[in-house]
Amino acid sequence: MNFISQTFAVTMLNLRTIPQRLGSSGVAIIGIAGVVIVLVSVLSIAQGFSAAMEQTGSDSRALVMRSGADSEMTSGLGAPEIDIIKQAPGLRREGQAGVASAELYVIIDIPKIGTNSPANVPMRGVEPMASTVRSEFSIVEGRMFQFGTNEVVVGRGAVANFQGLTVGSTIHSGQNTWQVVGMFETDGSIAETEIWCDSRVLQGAYRRGNTYQTLLASLDSSQSFDTFRDWLTANPQVNVQVRRETEYYAQQSRALSTLIRTVGFGIAALMGIGAVFGAILTMYTAVSTRSREIATLRALGFNTTSVVVSVLTESLALAAIGGAIGGVLAYVAFNGYQTSTMNFSTFSQVAFAFQVTPRLLTMGLTYALLMGLIGGLFPALRAARLPIPSALREL
Amino acid sequence: AQQMGAKFDSMFANSSAETKTTTEKGFVEGFAKQVGDIGSIMIAILVAVLFTMLLVAANTMAQSVRERTSEMGVLKTLGFSSGSILALVLGESVLIAVIGGSLGLGLAWLIVQNGDPTNGMLPIFILPARDVVIGAVMIVVLGLIAGALPAFNAMNLKITDALRRS
Repeated sequence: MNFISQTFAVTMLNLRTIPQRLGSSGVAIIGIAGVVIVLVSVLSIAQGFSAAMEQTGSDSRALVMRSGADSEMTSGLGAPEIDIIKQAPGLRREGQAGVASAELYVIIDIPKIGTNSPANVPMRGVEPMASTVRSEFSIVEGRMFQFGTNEVVVGRGAVANFQGLTVGSTIHSGQNTWQVVGMFETDGSIAETEIWCDSRVLQGAYRRGNTYQTLLASLDSSQSFDTFRDWLTANPQVNVQVRRETEYYAQQSRALSTLIRTVGFGIAALMGIGAVFGAILTMYTAVSTRSREIATLRALGFNTTSVVVSVLTESLALAAIGGAIGGVLAYVAFNGYQTSTMNFSTFSQVAFAFQVTPRLLTMGLTYALLMGLIGGLFPALRAARLPIPSALREL
Repeated sequence: AQQMGAKFDSMFANSSAETKTTTEKGFVEGFAKQVGDIGSIMIAILVAVLFTMLLVAANTMAQSVRERTSEMGVLKTLGFSSGSILALVLGESVLIAVIGGSLGLGLAWLIVQNGDPTNGMLPIFILPARDVVIGAVMIVVLGLIAGALPAFNAMNLKITDALRRS
């Protein structure tokens, strides 16, 4: 018999006798499944959050803020500057008007659904071009607000996470009241956590005079970004920084996603050590209950390497089953779970859903296989080095 | 502080600069709650971790008892009562849990001594005595639960069965 068929025969022997060791095999599987569930679900939080942030941007939109500002909150642009910015080359135009929306960004206190503690909900004052600039915007309930009134529309994510934002309700904030007349969605981006109103009305309510904070411009093509930016930064009349929207949001999400990912990997690593020991124990049991068979095989002339490979394969098989179970459970339990958290850079809430992607599931499975490999190594070596005479004598 | 806060707010109510006063503690708590139900997320994750580890520990204890069945049989023949066998197994389980758990608690304490590892994101890391006590209690409980089934089996072992297995 050549090496491959030897290995195959011994491996099949191992795998076929797993049902005899169901108890301890089950423990190893559950242990590994547990680790994979924790890893995948924690990472899915980070994945959902950064997906919501990245989804928000578009390559052919540019965000103009005051130079030196690190987020929309800290930027300020006066009306004369806005007029100049709207004349920049590279801006998409519809007729005479540039497709750009000058916007104001404030935060209002609304309690989260579930807890009663107030959360920072972003309120964005926009210009009529806002829905044209953001092509993914669409009203799903009610209607768009009328500019010049205190009507607002609320994003889908905000309605789901904060109290009292359904269509027809009234929002009281300080001395201002706002009427909710519609709900919008923007393809899952963080704009869905915002409340939109007329920037002119917002300016009055918050006594901002004629100032805005940012300008979101739709470029006529993604390549005109450089022309647009260079004209604006070289212009002595304005003092701005221009960034692609995608780049801005990617940077914003970095801090929180890194933290969550570190926590996820850390916990999974520690748990993994425990699960590996569980797997080692299971495999040692597997080897010792069959030491007579293994010794017989070796006495018959089977290659020691085939014995090692067979034990490793059994360990990997158990780990693979555990990893698959863990991944499926994590997907079923957590994929699409809606929640919201605070984006540290803008101090405002971001609504997002947990996302269990194929990449995460693969990561979980790979980690499970790694644990199975480490767990099976020492037992496999022990099986290979069993002294044949004493093993044959064992019960 | 609450009363002063309410007084300030009523002073400025309906003016051009309304205020909302909370205690510093309330403000920070509100912030923490905004990041998401951190408490329940942490607890959910930790329950999953504990459950998995409990399973591994129970398996280990069961294996160790299985290996020493004949010794248990000899002990019983010598006159050790079933209750003392139970205590023996449980005691071993709790001892292992205490060694491992104390190592873990000690490491956690060391890490917290170093202050904040998240670079300012979550600035406060402390391990109050209360939590150390909770940890110690959990260690003992974990040891007891992990060893319960094997200890029970060992206690009820018939001497003839035990000796036959050698």
